[in-house]
Amino acid sequence: SSWWSHVEMGPPDPILGVTEAYKRDTNSKKMNLGVGAYRDDNGKPYVLNCVRKAEAMIASKKMDKEYLPIGGLADFTRASAELALGENSEAFKSGRYVTVQGISGTGSLRIGANFLQRFFKASRDVYLPKPSWGNHTPIFRDAGMQLQAYRYYDPKTCSLDFSGAMDDISKIPEKSIILLHACAHNPTGVDPRQEQWKELAAMVKKRNLLVYFDMAYQGFASGDINRDAWAVRYFIEQGINIVLSQSFAKNMGLYGERAGAFTVICSDADEAKRVESQLKILIRPMYSNPPVNGARIASMILNTPDLRKEWLTEVKGMADRIISMRTQLVSNLKKEGSSRNWQHITDQIGMFCFTGLKPEQVERLIKEFSVYMTKDGRISVAGVTSGNVGYLAHAIHQVTK
Amino acid sequence: AYRTDEGQPWVLPVVKKVEQMIANDNSLNHEYLPILGLPEFRANASRIALGDDSPAIKENRVGSVQSLGGTGALRIGAEFLRRWYNGNNNTATPIYVSAPSWENHNSVFMDAGFKDIRTYHYWDAAKRGLDLQGLLNDMEHAPEFSIFILHACAHNPTGTDPTPEQWKQIAAVMKRRNLFPFFDSAYQGFASGSLDKDAWAVRYFVSEGFELFCAQSFSKNFGLYNERVGNLTVVGKDADNVQRVLSQMEKIVRTTWSNPPSQGARIVATTLSSPQLFDEWKGNVKTMADRVLLMRSELRSRLEALGTPGTWNHITEQIGMFSFTGLNPKQVEYMVKEKHIYLMASGRINMCGLTTKNLDYVAKSIHEAVTKVQ
Repeated sequence: SSWWSHVEMGPPDPILGVTEAYKRDTNSKKMNLGVGAYRDDNGKPYVLNCVRKAEAMIASKKMDKEYLPIGGLADFTRASAELALGENSEAFKSGRYVTVQGISGTGSLRIGANFLQRFFKASRDVYLPKPSWGNHTPIFRDAGMQLQAYRYYDPKTCSLDFSGAMDDISKIPEKSIILLHACAHNPTGVDPRQEQWKELAAMVKKRNLLVYFDMAYQGFASGDINRDAWAVRYFIEQGINIVLSQSFAKNMGLYGERAGAFTVICSDADEAKRVESQLKILIRPMYSNPPVNGARIASMILNTPDLRKEWLTEVKGMADRIISMRTQLVSNLKKEGSSRNWQHITDQIGMFCFTGLKPEQVERLIKEFSVYMTKDGRISVAGVTSGNVGYLAHAIHQVTK
Repeated sequence: AYRTDEGQPWVLPVVKKVEQMIANDNSLNHEYLPILGLPEFRANASRIALGDDSPAIKENRVGSVQSLGGTGALRIGAEFLRRWYNGNNNTATPIYVSAPSWENHNSVFMDAGFKDIRTYHYWDAAKRGLDLQGLLNDMEHAPEFSIFILHACAHNPTGTDPTPEQWKQIAAVMKRRNLFPFFDSAYQGFASGSLDKDAWAVRYFVSEGFELFCAQSFSKNFGLYNERVGNLTVVGKDADNVQRVLSQMEKIVRTTWSNPPSQGARIVATTLSSPQLFDEWKGNVKTMADRVLLMRSELRSRLEALGTPGTWNHITEQIGMFSFTGLNPKQVEYMVKEKHIYLMASGRINMCGLTTKNLDYVAKSIHEAVTKVQ
């Protein structure tokens, strides 16, 4: 007999499982609108030019493969912090922050979650927006935290339930942890406006909450890295010492290289050093030290003026294509004769769109049209092209008319 | 980390070649790997550990999880065991780590939630060798179903491995007492120069019908330290059990790093799946192993020639990157402060730090430390 006879079969991952089902489908018209990976207008993965250039530069330097420090590549972590906080940030300039390299967004979130479990004794409760990225809940749970929620998305309007959010947040017990999506909310694509962010900041300050920002799409949402980081920077300026997780998977197309960072804004540089030492103690028994390749590429891009400029242009290009697909989807739905209000498709921002489709409708899209998305009706707009937007509009109209 | 005779890091020639191939291949991109990793990497990595003719592979009862180095493989295995081994919730299941061991073993299992981490006798300081009786005794008296971390070869930090006969005795006790073997294999090929020889213990356990985990690292034998290339090999009773185990490991991976880094796995997979590159790699590995073996024999012969008090055969009998010299903390302090030779307080030296240029100096320094400091 086996040690594992009682081990249950785990359910397929809801998000990554979509791609796996898509791959098995033989329909030539199939569309993968599941996982958030950018595609060009031919539906192909896009390796950024600045990435290729950075790789060539790195190869020519013939570097060795010695272990990185536990906290990661210093040039990378410093540049990541500066990208998020802004070069004029007082917190950045004074050094009252620590940034460690993490395994893309997930790994950075997990380091932060473990850190809070160990050192944030005031509360076990992490408040997520309703809905949030599916993996947030298990990450925090596996780290030993408890999950709560605040209202966020209004399914009736397919937009932000701001009064609901403010109402719920006003009742969160002091010193709880609240997670906010910095920009391009996943899965809804619904972001607060700047005025609303200001009110949110005032409220979390009033409630004395620890703010955890997840920023996976800086640059990718509006096309402007400063605009996308506005909320993060505003909160810090308001004296809120946030913690922050960053991913370079989407905005640099470095998905499989796992480049990310976790930052803690501290009272002063001394506190930052102490926090850093504890982060290292958490990282060492997880994977010892992080992988170099993605961090080196990202660092080369961020720290080389020409490459950085090129990167900003390419990120804008990706964001612009997404925005254009949103516009085309809506116009195609009108052309199909749909009488429903699809304005949320263009109001929403970033890679994802909460279509408002119900699970039964999603199932029909998958089974009858080979259009793959997650059960919550979330589509990755990045998977839409000028070549298939018509088919998508047709399929959506068929299941919603 | 390995050093050349010039004291420099060494990127393996086969790695340079394969990296160039990867760079020139425009069909490659940076898309996400599957959660469990690059399929070609996983299959080849487990094949390297278990052998081409492994009955477990033939019977389709081997699973693999690409991990962030050996540490990552250990952590995923530990997290899984804590959740699923021998019923659920194993926070109280004893974990046995050798005395001494790599210090991170303790932290990995502790952070995975195990509350009862114990040591088993291993290093006999008096005879500078394996305390087999102590080890077997600990296994006899360990609670049934305890988990034992075993070093597949080149024990870190002592460099002292059980002989095949001793491994057989260890396996017999573990089988009888229902103890779970979790192998840590960080030096396959690097220890003796032979992949098969260094995997003998793991393969023996498999042939004895054990279900086991083996955390593999490709940091040393591929010199891919900072790319974080590792693999957790799972051997189960049958395919169905292994499938379910992998599905749960997937969930653990998803909340730890989502999916593993691509670059290092590509390098290893490309190398292992090409007969020509595979031979080239084996040659590179042997180069490293041979240099270490040479340094061992040269150091020992110098100490014996100097007439340094004590016996020094353990220097050549030990294997792998490290050697437990037997120097005591005061003698180590002398080495560090007076001779500027850096070694651990335990007396552990990294043989890779020795070169033809510094052998004489190191031998003389050890001689001084032993004769001047008690």
